[in-house]
Amino acid sequence: MNEEKTYSAAGEVGQVRVRRSRWERIRIELKKAPVSAWFGMIVIAIYAFVAIFAQFLAPFGEAQIFPKADLPWAMLGGETQHFFGTDQIGRDTLSRMIFGAQNTIGIALTTTVLSFLIGGSLGLIAAINQSWLDQLLSRGVDVIMSIPSLIFALMLLSIFGSSIPTLIFIIAALDSTRVFRLTRSVAINVVVMDYVEAARLRGEGLGWVMRREILPNILPPLVAEFGLRFSFVFLIIAALSFLGLGIQPPTADWGSMVRDGSRFIQFVAYDWTLALPSLLPAGAVALLTVAVNFVVDWFLHKTSGLRDEH
Amino acid sequence: MSTNTEQRGEKGDILLDMRDVRIDGFSDERWHEIIKGVDLTLKRGEVLGLIGESGAGKSTLGKAAMGYAQPGCKIKSGSIMFDGIDLMAATEAEKRELWGSRIAYVAQSAAASFNPAHRLLDQTIEATVGHNVSSEEDARKDAVELYDSLSLPHPNSIGERYPHQVSGGQLQRVMTAMAMSPRPDLIIFDEPTTALDVTTQVEVLLAMREIVERFNTAAIYITHDLAVVAQMADRIKVLRYGEEVEDATTESMLSAPKEDYTKSLWSVRALEKSESPSDDIVLDIKNIDAAYARSVKVLKDVSIKVPRGRTVSIVGESGSGKSTTARVLTGLLPPEAGTIKFNGEVLPAELKNRSKDQLRRIQMIYQMADTAMNPKQTVGEIIGRPLDFYHELSGADRDKRVSELLDLIELDDSFIDRLPSELSGGQKQRICIARALAAEPEVIICDEVTSALDQIVQEGILKLLLRLQKELGITYLFITHDIAVVSAISDEIVVMFQGEVVEQGLKSQILQPPYPDYTQLLLSSVPEMDPNWLDKFVEARD
Repeated sequence: MNEEKTYSAAGEVGQVRVRRSRWERIRIELKKAPVSAWFGMIVIAIYAFVAIFAQFLAPFGEAQIFPKADLPWAMLGGETQHFFGTDQIGRDTLSRMIFGAQNTIGIALTTTVLSFLIGGSLGLIAAINQSWLDQLLSRGVDVIMSIPSLIFALMLLSIFGSSIPTLIFIIAALDSTRVFRLTRSVAINVVVMDYVEAARLRGEGLGWVMRREILPNILPPLVAEFGLRFSFVFLIIAALSFLGLGIQPPTADWGSMVRDGSRFIQFVAYDWTLALPSLLPAGAVALLTVAVNFVVDWFLHKTSGLRDEH
Repeated sequence: MSTNTEQRGEKGDILLDMRDVRIDGFSDERWHEIIKGVDLTLKRGEVLGLIGESGAGKSTLGKAAMGYAQPGCKIKSGSIMFDGIDLMAATEAEKRELWGSRIAYVAQSAAASFNPAHRLLDQTIEATVGHNVSSEEDARKDAVELYDSLSLPHPNSIGERYPHQVSGGQLQRVMTAMAMSPRPDLIIFDEPTTALDVTTQVEVLLAMREIVERFNTAAIYITHDLAVVAQMADRIKVLRYGEEVEDATTESMLSAPKEDYTKSLWSVRALEKSESPSDDIVLDIKNIDAAYARSVKVLKDVSIKVPRGRTVSIVGESGSGKSTTARVLTGLLPPEAGTIKFNGEVLPAELKNRSKDQLRRIQMIYQMADTAMNPKQTVGEIIGRPLDFYHELSGADRDKRVSELLDLIELDDSFIDRLPSELSGGQKQRICIARALAAEPEVIICDEVTSALDQIVQEGILKLLLRLQKELGITYLFITHDIAVVSAISDEIVVMFQGEVVEQGLKSQILQPPYPDYTQLLLSSVPEMDPNWLDKFVEARD
């Protein structure tokens, strides 16, 4: 028989594109990444490095008090070992910045992961269930979201006291409402797919359907949201610390450092370096937020299906 | 109207002339040539049918005839002359002036092409008025006339409705009216009836052909359905892999195709299976009533008997309750009344009350293989899961069985690590069949499994299903609206209409007259490979 005419299923292969290995695809994506994304990734890498190795990088202890307080930038005069000077009770500012990175980023990360575990799994269950449970969860989330989250957090923190575990749990719980909404809305589009129905017809349990059939298909928006949520949690913790209900002294964190430094602001007119104790941690928060957003923007653009015109 | 046509030239003049057109498409980080040097000539008033499998480049070529390349494509070389205008050299603004006034395009999915927020009439005349072809008042009057000649109901008021307020077939006709409104010289129909039922398709085809003839418009009709193109086109061009296979007038193409590939396209409909009756009933559906949300009754007293090792086809148009019957069988939609007996035992109505073994014995294959497979799982995982789940196979045993199954569906081990996106349409459907087979079922419900596939791929899938039935003795419950498929594969046929069974019987009985009225309409609406079929259909109907 003529070869052209004979139909073979495997012969259709010729018309199908070939897959690259995962690493190759990642490499190609990285190569195409814009400058902003590269900037973000490098900044995040530096922050992560500092946070992980804080104990080794910091010249002095987190709560170590020196008898002689130094002005910031005193280093220029050559008479001190404190590069950014000390704070008002004589703790080395640079060391506290470094430990602050560990504490603030660590707590923000734990909080975000927790909020995704809570919000994500409830969102998936609501999307699959789509009956009274969905209604109950969704309306409950609406109620919680109707209260401004910072005020709600302040209220809860003053009830339960502001230890680090309660701080993490309260912010995670409040933040999980947004994760819940996102997960539910993207999962609802996947739940109606035939392959989910096929899995249910096979008799698969809820866990399998959630983890293996739905989750891999809604991952990109969730990962992007993870980056954004992380930035927000970071800001909320800094805000709470600034208000005095966040991370308690002597633990160093950027929010309370801004608050402590802010007392010098009235003297900035006489010595500009006095703005540094509050500007440095504030700048650190701002830079990380910007960096995370750059990376998330790139990721969102890549996964949103919007293709550049060629 | 007639003056309009005369101004623009006589019938028989060359309207569109495409020479050695090459188009590149971007995929996988590279440019590939998807149209490899095709010539196309179209005279005024001529209808050219463009056919081929999906991926053959039909739509790309059709759009190139407007001088348009969709995002991710670019017209690399060649010449496109439209009535003396060089479309390759024309600027975007010049082309936009032509589009919607002298060249019109009718898309496959009318539902997706209309703006749901505007009334039909406003959308029909938008391009005509926007291009200053005629005044708004004239255009409105003319649109109503067009609605009338396209035999739309209530032509005077239908334009006041919104897209969701009319049916799919009506919307497709409104779209034809929209294309016709500025009296273009050329209309490109891109699979306009593919999404419609056979009974609706006939109406739309008739309307389109009538109006194209009346205004002496040239048209390019893109489709993969040969029988449809035979009704519409004066001349047919067959494309494959971006190259022209054959170009001839409809009569000579149908009676004496030259190329082997064309012949193979034609032979698909010749597939037939001889029926064999059986009394060994595996699935007995009795007096099923079912409703969605307790109010919309979709099944009324449905009883179907399915003999073991045979194929029972359920036919009917959309909304007839075919797919709902499948949902009831699988337990997704518990019926309000009636019972389902499987091997003599009553099957629990709800999915969650059925045992793993009961679930295993009834498997399902879906219409859209694309959505029936998790895009993040590899072929090995997709086929392997039922093995793991029902038969507790793992490791090397499982791998061995997966490759046996792949062998059974005529694919090889190289597919194990692929993702669904790396498979062609026919391969995807084969993987879905393998997944169903992995459970070692007694009954497979096939829900329109071939309707999303090209004819030549359809034939492959149907042959495979027949072979598997012979080898493994599987029972199929085949849900379809395609009568050609039905006659190819079934032993028995069930005709459904508006949630009721019109008749059930052996294939030879059902496909033999006398028919009940509805069966008659359904059977007669299926286009045949005869260019005069549509005329005969109209004669018979009138």
